[in-house]
Amino acid sequence: MQRLQRIRSKVAPLLVDNVDTDQIIPARFLKVLDKHGLGQHCFADWRYDAEGRPLASFVLNQARHAGAQILLVGDNFGCGSSREHAPWALLGAGFRVLLGTSFADIFRNNALKNGILPVTLDAELHERLAERLARHPELELTVDLERCRLEVPDEASIPFSLDEFARHCLLEGVDELGYLLARAPLIAQYEAERAARLAAEGTP
Amino acid sequence: MTARTLFRKLWEEHVVSEAPGVPAMLYVDLHLIHEVTSPQAFAGLRARGLRVRCPERTIATMDHSTPTVPGGLAVVDAAGRAQLERLRENCEAYGVRLYPLGAPENGIVHVMAPELGLSQPGMTIVCGDSHTSTHGAFGALAFGIGTSEVEHVLATQCLLQRPAKTYEVRFDGTPRPGVGPKDYILALCARIGVSGATGHVLEYTGSAIRQLSMEGRMTLCNMSIECGARAGLVAPDDATFQYLAGRPFAPQGAAFDAALRRWRRLPTDEGASFDRRLELDVSTLAPMLTWGTNPGMGAAVDAPLPRPEDHPAGPVREALEKSLEYMGLTPGEPLLGRPIDVVFIGSCTNSRLEDLRQAASVMRGRKVPPQVRVLVVPGSQQVKRQAEAEGLHELFRAAGAEWREPGCSMCIAMNGDELLPGQYAVSTSNRNFEGRQGKGGRTFLGSPLTAAAAAVTGRVTDVRQLL
Ligand code: SF4
Repeated sequence: MQRLQRIRSKVAPLLVDNVDTDQIIPARFLKVLDKHGLGQHCFADWRYDAEGRPLASFVLNQARHAGAQILLVGDNFGCGSSREHAPWALLGAGFRVLLGTSFADIFRNNALKNGILPVTLDAELHERLAERLARHPELELTVDLERCRLEVPDEASIPFSLDEFARHCLLEGVDELGYLLARAPLIAQYEAERAARLAAEGTP
Repeated sequence: MTARTLFRKLWEEHVVSEAPGVPAMLYVDLHLIHEVTSPQAFAGLRARGLRVRCPERTIATMDHSTPTVPGGLAVVDAAGRAQLERLRENCEAYGVRLYPLGAPENGIVHVMAPELGLSQPGMTIVCGDSHTSTHGAFGALAFGIGTSEVEHVLATQCLLQRPAKTYEVRFDGTPRPGVGPKDYILALCARIGVSGATGHVLEYTGSAIRQLSMEGRMTLCNMSIECGARAGLVAPDDATFQYLAGRPFAPQGAAFDAALRRWRRLPTDEGASFDRRLELDVSTLAPMLTWGTNPGMGAAVDAPLPRPEDHPAGPVREALEKSLEYMGLTPGEPLLGRPIDVVFIGSCTNSRLEDLRQAASVMRGRKVPPQVRVLVVPGSQQVKRQAEAEGLHELFRAAGAEWREPGCSMCIAMNGDELLPGQYAVSTSNRNFEGRQGKGGRTFLGSPLTAAAAAVTGRVTDVRQLL
């Protein structure tokens, strides 16, 4: 997993609520054996017309948002299917930070496991950012995970929260599996104790 | 001892360790895998040189890309075949039991596992698939995970998890004819919205739930994820135990009796409190149908379509406009009577024997109009055998429907069963997202009864008119 400490970037706005993972990466692109190459299909059905030509109206096709690593999203982003192909596709399309008012549970988990930081903003700030971006699409934000702060030009820096463990994993670029593997003795102990308890009750 | 909810009991039983500042390590009893969300997990194991910790706790099936026409692997496209073959190789290499395409136990993961008796009360069950919530019908903590987590479970049989909040949804009353569990869950989605239960585990309680068969409870729990819930639960009772008795993977004999004693301790204690509660009276419900592009955009089948202009300018109104535009529908008009092109009866929500019997009860002696395509896709080989033993396949065929091989089929449109752009479908599946059943396709979600009514009339129909 790629580490994430501090990112300064333009912001692409995708202000639709309840964006489901079928939109982020349609099911026909799930027949893959690895995690790479999905960026080109990210939001495929919103991004290309029937002939596969980019639609100028869609944010990911607009030159002024090219290279953005931050995506400003709506409420309940990532609902629906648990496909981890969704964060793989977003990562492939260059996004490392998502700013929204809420995220679907499984998607949020999956994003964090792939070096993508979902930041939950209060509605008022979210609206203000959206308005500023509409007027100044070139606006650059800084997301500082060391200090858990979002820096917006001409505003006091804004604190955000992320649980300590997820923050540690992102900052160091380590995944959770190492942590779990290191606790194999605890797992073995749990298995033994539970097996004994169940056997005492007469069940396997 | 303090009164505990079913969720709390399941959680506490499975915590391996808890430390401040770190999510809990939760033990997984049963891990289900399929071809689409597992290849990268096995690749991860391979890259790290890890083994599968408990191969006997993982069970694999093939369902998403499998054909629903005879012919097996030979008729699957190259990419789908590569995934199916990779699953077989991975299962062989790591000693995981696989029920491959064509095996008598094969089926949609959330249909085959319960019918084999794999899903049992008191368990933790996970799968790289959001509809794993289905297995909560047995009083198991069952939830969908991503592929990274599939790898974690393969390697350690554990997941890092934070406890969820609890949300009791109480269904009381007696449903009117034509109304059933699919309508209950669509009504709940419409009521609380697609993020209404985010961060929560739902527990369905009340007299209407006690009346439901296990099939009905699975339909209900299946769609818990559609209101954002981490999982859905129904406390086990005699219906659960009767369902499990004698199934191949259920405990047998004295072990079953001992398991029963343990299972009977699972239901939420008197006086336990939930973080949230909601009560719904099912006697007031009509057959439900979605009209929009998420499962929360639904209403009684005879209700007029919403009017965006009734809402203040803002995201709700924009979402309504966007959905109605995608669906090609006119605000304020009725949905009843609208011609449809396809009917899909299947998916892990509604492809069990009871669902097929319901659909058959409406289609018996009636004809599908020639311009309408009707697919009936049983959820598993076992469902297929049972339905054929009852002659349901003949009945569907006589009505003009296609009787197919089991699989996910047009629920996710990965196997070639798909809507064409602009087509309208009434579907018993669980998602009406844009393009879910085929690029540009338009989905109305409803019960097997409602789908069958559309099948034989070629239109959106209130099934109560045909009963
Ligand atoms: S039937 Fe549909 S929802 Fe169920 S597992 Fe298959 S694709 Fe997923």
